Amino acid sequence: MSLTSAHSVVAPSATSKRVAGTIIVLYALISIVPLLWIFATSFKTPPDSIAYPPKILFQPSIEGYCNLFSTRTRQTPEYINSLGPATGVCDETVRKRNMVIAGPSNFMPRFVNSLIIAFGSTFCAVFLGTLSAYGFSRFKVPLADDLLFFILSTRMMPPIAVAIPIYLMYRELGLSDTALGMILLYTAVNVSLAVWLLKGFIDEIPREYEEAAMIDGYTRLQAFWRTVLPQATTGIAATAIFCLIFAWNEYAFAALLTSGTAQTAPPFIPTIIGEGGQDWPAVAAGTTIFLVPILVFTILLRKQLLRGITFGAVRK
Amino acid sequence: MAEIRVEHLRKAFGDFVAVQDSNFVVEDGEFFVMLGPSGCGKTTTLRMIAGLELPTGGKILLGGEDVTMRRARERDIAFVFQLFALYPHMNVRKNIGFPLLAQGMPGAEIRQRVEETAKLLRIDHLLNKSVSGLAGGDRQRVALGRAIVRRPKCFLMDEPLGTLDTEFRDLMVHELRELHNRIHATTVYVTHDQMEAMSMADKIAVMNHGVIEQFGTPREIYDRPATMFVADFIGSPPMNFLGFGGGLAKGSKEITVQGAKVAVPEVREDIAPADMALGIRPEHIRFDDASKLRGAIYGTEYLGTTQIVAVETADGIIKARVPAEIRLNAGDHVGLALRSARLSLFEKGSGRAVRTAIHDAASQGRAQHG
Repeated sequence: MSLTSAHSVVAPSATSKRVAGTIIVLYALISIVPLLWIFATSFKTPPDSIAYPPKILFQPSIEGYCNLFSTRTRQTPEYINSLGPATGVCDETVRKRNMVIAGPSNFMPRFVNSLIIAFGSTFCAVFLGTLSAYGFSRFKVPLADDLLFFILSTRMMPPIAVAIPIYLMYRELGLSDTALGMILLYTAVNVSLAVWLLKGFIDEIPREYEEAAMIDGYTRLQAFWRTVLPQATTGIAATAIFCLIFAWNEYAFAALLTSGTAQTAPPFIPTIIGEGGQDWPAVAAGTTIFLVPILVFTILLRKQLLRGITFGAVRK
Repeated sequence: MAEIRVEHLRKAFGDFVAVQDSNFVVEDGEFFVMLGPSGCGKTTTLRMIAGLELPTGGKILLGGEDVTMRRARERDIAFVFQLFALYPHMNVRKNIGFPLLAQGMPGAEIRQRVEETAKLLRIDHLLNKSVSGLAGGDRQRVALGRAIVRRPKCFLMDEPLGTLDTEFRDLMVHELRELHNRIHATTVYVTHDQMEAMSMADKIAVMNHGVIEQFGTPREIYDRPATMFVADFIGSPPMNFLGFGGGLAKGSKEITVQGAKVAVPEVREDIAPADMALGIRPEHIRFDDASKLRGAIYGTEYLGTTQIVAVETADGIIKARVPAEIRLNAGDHVGLALRSARLSLFEKGSGRAVRTAIHDAASQGRAQHG
């Protein structure tokens, strides 16, 4: 066999690359259809949103977003005509439906709750996870393997299995429907993932770095802060995304434990349907906005996320 | 700078004893090398001196001060790691200045000290570069810079040349020794490479299974190995051993090996009959047809100035280093003449060297030094 015609035995052939590429593209298209559907629906008018057959081409409207952010009351056309000129695009839009804006809806406070609880619990889980992972990675912890298994075992059942005891505990402790309660809960669920993921990342950082720093006159905590942490940023970022996605999307506990002041967006969004008919565009608008923070966060940290997913698959 | 004194140092990890009972003194300004195969306890000893491991027993004194249980940062030592441990998120300047920052030194002074150090190591042109882009030799110099910038009591180095290419390694051996000659820092250097040890050390400790087999100058260790392990570990090819039986009487000057009488340095102690070994370095063997010690040529390795000849004898293969001009063919029968003054005798059971006249010069030399 001459060198020029030699083909690699490990690299995939052109045919298998094409087949794999086609499958991936098809899968990506199928996955993205629901998202496009939601996005399109958020810009439809309520009649368009329930039209059959579904409209692919339609006149875009921001009615869904207007309805999402406001509460409205139905009025007689005479009353509406007696009002002055419309004060904004939304005002104008809802007046066409014989309604006036009565005030802001609960969506913004719920969305802010989601941000506070998801980012707060992610911060706590990653903070605790980094310190514990460092401890497990560097010190001889008695029964370390059992402890790690115990930490992992909290993930072995669906979290909802403990919903009722937690509901009762939270009621007694006064943590029901509080942001603090939700942050504690999501932290508890995420910390096991954080410890395990971060332990892998920290194990990969040679301990010589801290040892060098400690010999050079630093305490262990300073050495950790100045040499380990900067090198663990990739792992910390990947872990943070995983924790954030969980806390952001969590529905069951949120529905059970929050109903008012601390309610997050996931249990709130479905309730929009009930307000004044089946308002699908408003629901779709809420879902679209709900997707934005995770999308931005994931795009910003996509490199770390990829590394987090493929981590451990290839040893260097 | 300071003297390092290690007394009855012991380290056990569970049932495994890494260091048994080490005693040695590294004098102020000395370049001391701990040499041995991997797992012999040399790195563990070094880490105990550094304060990265705490000993199970014994004492470590730095400049007369007992530091056995002190933390690493309280010992005022510098450590160069095998993988250099340069912080990848800092540039060269920050890496070198990192130990000074810990002392709370003002920025201007750090800058000045870092620049002086970089000049000394000829890396001043690299100061603002990232460490990840550096070549192996330069990484090594940065690691050294981080060690010397603080002017610590002593330097500890754990196989610092282990990851370099052979070419770089020779260069760095030279540079390290030159650097030591300039700054006279007490240095403890760990390696498994005998060439590094022989070319740099003032004193060598050869370790095996947690025990220091021999402590001495490179010359002592090469010429008068204290044990068969040392004789075998040092030298390339290592010392040859020829077995013989029977005891030795104080004052005897001749032994019988494979039916041939061999003159040896005068024996200084009585040895009860046991399995013995005669040790001879390859360069102390000559071919002499008159000799009764005979063998057949097994193979040769041509090295340019010399050649290594493997000779099959009744007691296994013996390697001789002879001038390259001699023409030899495999299968030829040759007689082996041994240079008597340079022979070593060992007790096979304990591996210990028998005291002979070759040790006299050593004790005289030591006596003169006081």
